[in-house]
Amino acid sequence: MKHSAFFWFVLPSAVAMLLFIFFPIVSVVVQSLHSAHEQVIIEVENCGPFGCTKATAIDQEATAALREDQPLGRFAGLEIYKDRNHLATAQIGPLWEQSTGIGDFIGKLMNLPFYKAMGFTLTFTFVVTPLTIIFGFVIAVAVNSAARAIRGPLIFFSLLPMMVTPLIGSLILFWMVDARGILGTALRWLADDPSLSVKADTGLMWVMLMVYGVWHSAPFAFIVYYAGLQTVNTDTLEAARIDGASRWQQIRHVVIPHLLPLTTFIALMQLMDNFRVFEPIVSFNASAHATSLSWAIYNDLGGETQQLSSAAATSVLTIIGVAILLSPVLIRTYRDYGKAA
Amino acid sequence: MASQVQKRPVLLQTVLVGILILWMIAAAFPFFWTLWGSFKVEGDFFSLADWTNVLTGEMTTRETGDAFTTEGYTGAWVQEEFWKAAWNSTLVCLFVVTISLTLGTLGGYALARSTYRYAFWFLLIALIFRAMPPITLVSGYLPVFFQWNIWGHLPTAIIVLVAINQPFTLWMLHSFFKNIPQDLDESAMVDGCTRFQAFRHVIIPVMWPGVITTGLFSFLLAYNDFAVTAMILDKQNQTMVPKIASFLGTTQTKGNVMFAVAAVVSTTAPLFLLIMFFQRQIVSGLTAGAVKG
Repeated sequence: MKHSAFFWFVLPSAVAMLLFIFFPIVSVVVQSLHSAHEQVIIEVENCGPFGCTKATAIDQEATAALREDQPLGRFAGLEIYKDRNHLATAQIGPLWEQSTGIGDFIGKLMNLPFYKAMGFTLTFTFVVTPLTIIFGFVIAVAVNSAARAIRGPLIFFSLLPMMVTPLIGSLILFWMVDARGILGTALRWLADDPSLSVKADTGLMWVMLMVYGVWHSAPFAFIVYYAGLQTVNTDTLEAARIDGASRWQQIRHVVIPHLLPLTTFIALMQLMDNFRVFEPIVSFNASAHATSLSWAIYNDLGGETQQLSSAAATSVLTIIGVAILLSPVLIRTYRDYGKAA
Repeated sequence: MASQVQKRPVLLQTVLVGILILWMIAAAFPFFWTLWGSFKVEGDFFSLADWTNVLTGEMTTRETGDAFTTEGYTGAWVQEEFWKAAWNSTLVCLFVVTISLTLGTLGGYALARSTYRYAFWFLLIALIFRAMPPITLVSGYLPVFFQWNIWGHLPTAIIVLVAINQPFTLWMLHSFFKNIPQDLDESAMVDGCTRFQAFRHVIIPVMWPGVITTGLFSFLLAYNDFAVTAMILDKQNQTMVPKIASFLGTTQTKGNVMFAVAAVVSTTAPLFLLIMFFQRQIVSGLTAGAVKG
């Protein structure tokens, strides 16, 4: 394709991405280095019949003028990154010294908002991803063994948890585990504890969020594995069988090697998706027990006072996290496509 | 078939059937349960006294005189004006899908046909953009949107969603166009077509399966989005998902959680139909990425 033709074909979508993805990233980085102006304080002397008193007041005009003049706020450098709500560099040292051990230190670290969010996000990502792969594989094998006629409906229902809006899917589960809902009642009966409530217990809440995570993404792993199972080479399987391979040996030496590349694909996609966990925390109203990086950004932006700089700093840290997770995908794509191109 | 020669042992067969039944219950039961419960009053769906109330509809009968009630639906759609949100969602999805596909087919086609190295870099950058959580971009949008006074309007949300959609659309269509033989448009160009004419008369007629599949996924992205639409639409222009989220804050206190339940069922219904009709395309779309890397 000629350069000029390529240019005109790609232009509209390149402009869209430049304006609404690239520039916002730049803007987020710039914003995270600035903080809002403090109000300009002036001293006013009130002189009355009994002498003069000095009082401080906010100079509204000067504040407005300053904000107008430098809409980004004052340059703060890395200050916002280091404050208590983000990396909390000043707090970590004393915490380490006060702690009695690693466990105690981690426990105290989890009281700092950023580390609390980071802790849950990472736990969620690295617990849900492997479970998704295992469940997806098991379901794919089970569906593949079902009669051909009922596979359509089976796939239809399997797709539901993934295709339904995450906010809605998690709400539906949340209503069921509510203390007055059907699963909540069942749990209380199973645990034989009438006061048991998922909402009130941090541990149970974490488990519930992860159960939702697996429920939501297992269908994706299932579909990919199921499609993979359809293309297993039957000749190789038959040859293995003639050579006397047992059922387990056939799976171990023919099917699993065939599905292995799919597993890396699923794992990488899931790592990226799970890292942005957000909606279930809103639906489950779980912010007292578990927060995630995305939720922290949402919370900063949505409050009474929009804390743009704080949200921007968390955004930058999240993007760095994604970049670290993404690096294997990038290297893989670079190798696969880079050679071909 | 060779695979049928080997009979499965009974034990294995039982385990497999057991797994299937358990998974079907886990995947489908919550939806049917919520659908059933949405026709009850709150006292039944969230019953502290006896969980079987939701099956028999005891409180519902006592309060409304019938075992089923559409109170939740009238409350949500009429009183809380959920129809407005539904209409906004329709508009957003319609425009997002049309615009993303128009931009995406042009770009995806060029990326599939170009043999230069910059096409590869373009795709790589799109991949990076795709991996970023959309909410990280929101704090970049807000100050600018406030300053230009375009915050809160539907067109703003549409443009933002189109842009966020682009990386994914480009990747998917790029791999679909790669599968259309290059000889097709090249022979048209040998016959004297320009590149655009070849695209218009030769490629467009054969590209629909790929475009429909990609369109489905753009639709889902626009329909399901919460993070972006909640942040950049104001109260009057909310789409369905942020509207449901705002129900939660306000209705819990008024004891009208059933409005939210009815709204959730209403929002899920179109997705049900969509998956039913386009199951084949959705499956092929989900696996396209895996096969192509």
